[in-house]
Amino acid sequence: MSKLYTGAEIVFKCLEDQEVEYIFGYPGGAVLPIYDELKNHSSIKHILVRHEQGAGHAAEGYARSSGKPGVVLVTSGPGATNVVTALTDAYMDSIPLVCISGQVPTHLIGTDAFQECDTTGITRPCTKHNWLVKDIKELPKVMHEAFKVATTGRPGPVLIDIPKDIQFAKTNYTKFKKEKKLNGKIHNKFSEDEINQLIDLISKAKKPVVYTGGGVINSGPQASESLKEFVRLIGFPITSTLQGLGAFPGDDNQFIGMLGMHGTYEANNAMHDCDLLINIGARFDDRITGKIDEFSPKSKKVHIDIDPSSINKIIKVDLAIVGDVNEVIKSAIKKINKKQNGLKDSNKQRISKWWEQIQKWRTKDSLGFINSDKEIKPQHAVKRLYELTKNQDTFITTEVGQHQMWAAQHYKFNKPNRWMTSGGLGTMGYGLPAAVGVQIAHPDKLVIDIAGEASVLMTIQEMSTAVQYNLPIKIFILNNQYMGMVRQWQELLHEKNYSESYSEALPDFVKLAEAYGCKGIKADNPDELDDKIKEMIDYNGPVIFDCHVDPNENCFPMIPSGKPHNQMILGPSDKEENKITGKGKSLV
Amino acid sequence: MSSPKSAYSIPTKKGKLDTHIFVVWVDNESGVLARVVGLFSGRGYNIESLAVAEVDATKNISRITIVTTGTPQVIDQIKLQLKKLVPVHKVADFKREDKNVIFKEMALLKIVAQKKKIEKCLKECKKFNPVILDKTNKSVVVQITALRREIDKMSKKLKPLGLTSTSRTGAIAMTRGAQTFK
Repeated sequence: MSKLYTGAEIVFKCLEDQEVEYIFGYPGGAVLPIYDELKNHSSIKHILVRHEQGAGHAAEGYARSSGKPGVVLVTSGPGATNVVTALTDAYMDSIPLVCISGQVPTHLIGTDAFQECDTTGITRPCTKHNWLVKDIKELPKVMHEAFKVATTGRPGPVLIDIPKDIQFAKTNYTKFKKEKKLNGKIHNKFSEDEINQLIDLISKAKKPVVYTGGGVINSGPQASESLKEFVRLIGFPITSTLQGLGAFPGDDNQFIGMLGMHGTYEANNAMHDCDLLINIGARFDDRITGKIDEFSPKSKKVHIDIDPSSINKIIKVDLAIVGDVNEVIKSAIKKINKKQNGLKDSNKQRISKWWEQIQKWRTKDSLGFINSDKEIKPQHAVKRLYELTKNQDTFITTEVGQHQMWAAQHYKFNKPNRWMTSGGLGTMGYGLPAAVGVQIAHPDKLVIDIAGEASVLMTIQEMSTAVQYNLPIKIFILNNQYMGMVRQWQELLHEKNYSESYSEALPDFVKLAEAYGCKGIKADNPDELDDKIKEMIDYNGPVIFDCHVDPNENCFPMIPSGKPHNQMILGPSDKEENKITGKGKSLV
Repeated sequence: MSSPKSAYSIPTKKGKLDTHIFVVWVDNESGVLARVVGLFSGRGYNIESLAVAEVDATKNISRITIVTTGTPQVIDQIKLQLKKLVPVHKVADFKREDKNVIFKEMALLKIVAQKKKIEKCLKECKKFNPVILDKTNKSVVVQITALRREIDKMSKKLKPLGLTSTSRTGAIAMTRGAQTFK
């Protein structure tokens, strides 16, 4: 007879077979058997966080920077409810997470037992799938299926709820063999004909633009290489969503900047005026499209996405190619190289006028700002941070708000998986725990959380985690004492009624850093900024950098509510003519 | 007033609403109905009626029939979203007007009245395969099978004749002919 294993042992056997190295978690009554088993599995390291939301975001940071699924372990009841924000965040941004939660013993389910909640019920709408394991024999199968669901197709979070008695119960375990070709609910059956149609559109376009998103990153580093080759081959201008930054080098001349609400003038105008729009791995999010009715009115639209339900969800497209981004681009490149040798040169001639137009838009310098020698401008701070860190392989996470947009606008990414930000859900408090996860995955790399003082306070407790594991993360706070994006919208939309957006009684971040046992640095003068940033980079350990910036700075350019892409507010001088009026105000 | 403008866009063109019947084959496991129904409520789709039961005990397959209305775009989304659910095997969708598909609903009607009125009721029901399930001096329970709007009409008609209680199923559907949906 083969050996019997307890549920807790099986959890670890499965994690080992899935080559999991780190789990982010927090113990509690209903997962104690699993925690008890931890000591017997030296290949798996547990990272103890300070709040379950932190575990979730750290696992997200780990997953996004490494391409491997993040694993979370939490207890029942509050442990599970605390991780809901992170699961939803991962669901919106398509990040593979496997969350294991403890549950009260099966005979107590439904009795309102201590720390009981309907975990699978609560997490059903924020996971790709979840399981409540009521039979120990199901556990090995469920564990492996969970990894498969999380990592295949359009990735996303899954949750396995394991009652405490199941963790003690015993069953057999046969070693799991990873399938080479994973299928299941994956769609990668695009046809030759669709590729031909794509090439045909490419060879006819006079004003094309390529619009890429997080799908390119999710398709793996190879997809970014393919994208580079493809875009250079066809010579088209390329713009990216917030999530797609880094898939194409940010300092390349063909890259026309991020698009959308706070995207560049040239990117948004190109989107509006183009005659061919090639969407690769993006989902026509409302922060991108602006007013749907006037979105890119003159263009033929192509959508390449692995998720069939993304097609025609918001914008009707003329050609849909459902498949893995890398596969689709590779076969397009092959076709171009094989069939149309002349395409390369003829393309460049045909779209040369389009490039001239884009150059004209570029001269607007829409990311420009008026610098100051008295106060630190937040954009200037990000620019300096970029200049002083670009010589090394740097990973950036952010919180959510103005600082996030400034980081996206002014920090240039040249490689995928270097940029971790909460885009879909827009979770304040994401960046610090995400930085913890990124640093775990890349212990020798420079990891910086570009933060706002309001956001970072939502998960500041994770500094304690960083100190415990000696993770040298740098928390670069653009401190303007306001919830900056809220303040900006109140200024532009609510007659400067700054209702509850000013934070009184902020902590002294330097002292806070010291209290956590890390280094605190404060800067409030442009002259000292560079030296202090260098001091931060050179310090071997976690740092909280309190960068006091101009509290009244707004994030421009901006597509105001109710306006299409070609009607942007460009900056302080342009504001008056482009007021947001009427119903637009109530509907943002 | 100009049309509503927003960064959260509001469509100015409203599509025509169609009624569709979705047939969904799912693993008969706990929570599967909640997943399907949760998808509808979570994404703001509407359920007109719902019928569900296990149809294959050995393979553990249940068949869910959902009647819904939506613009062609929404109908498309419902189908694609349903297909993404892990326990969903296949999804068929039919327009209500589709001549190749049979739709049926069943209703149980309890009529409490004098004999004369009861007889009148039974006469009215004749078209819809009435089966008398229970009969007393003062009452009758009739089972009828018909289309939704026919049952609606019947209910209205029978109210003054003593219809006191109605219990109805959701619609179920089956294609005509030898073909089955793959």
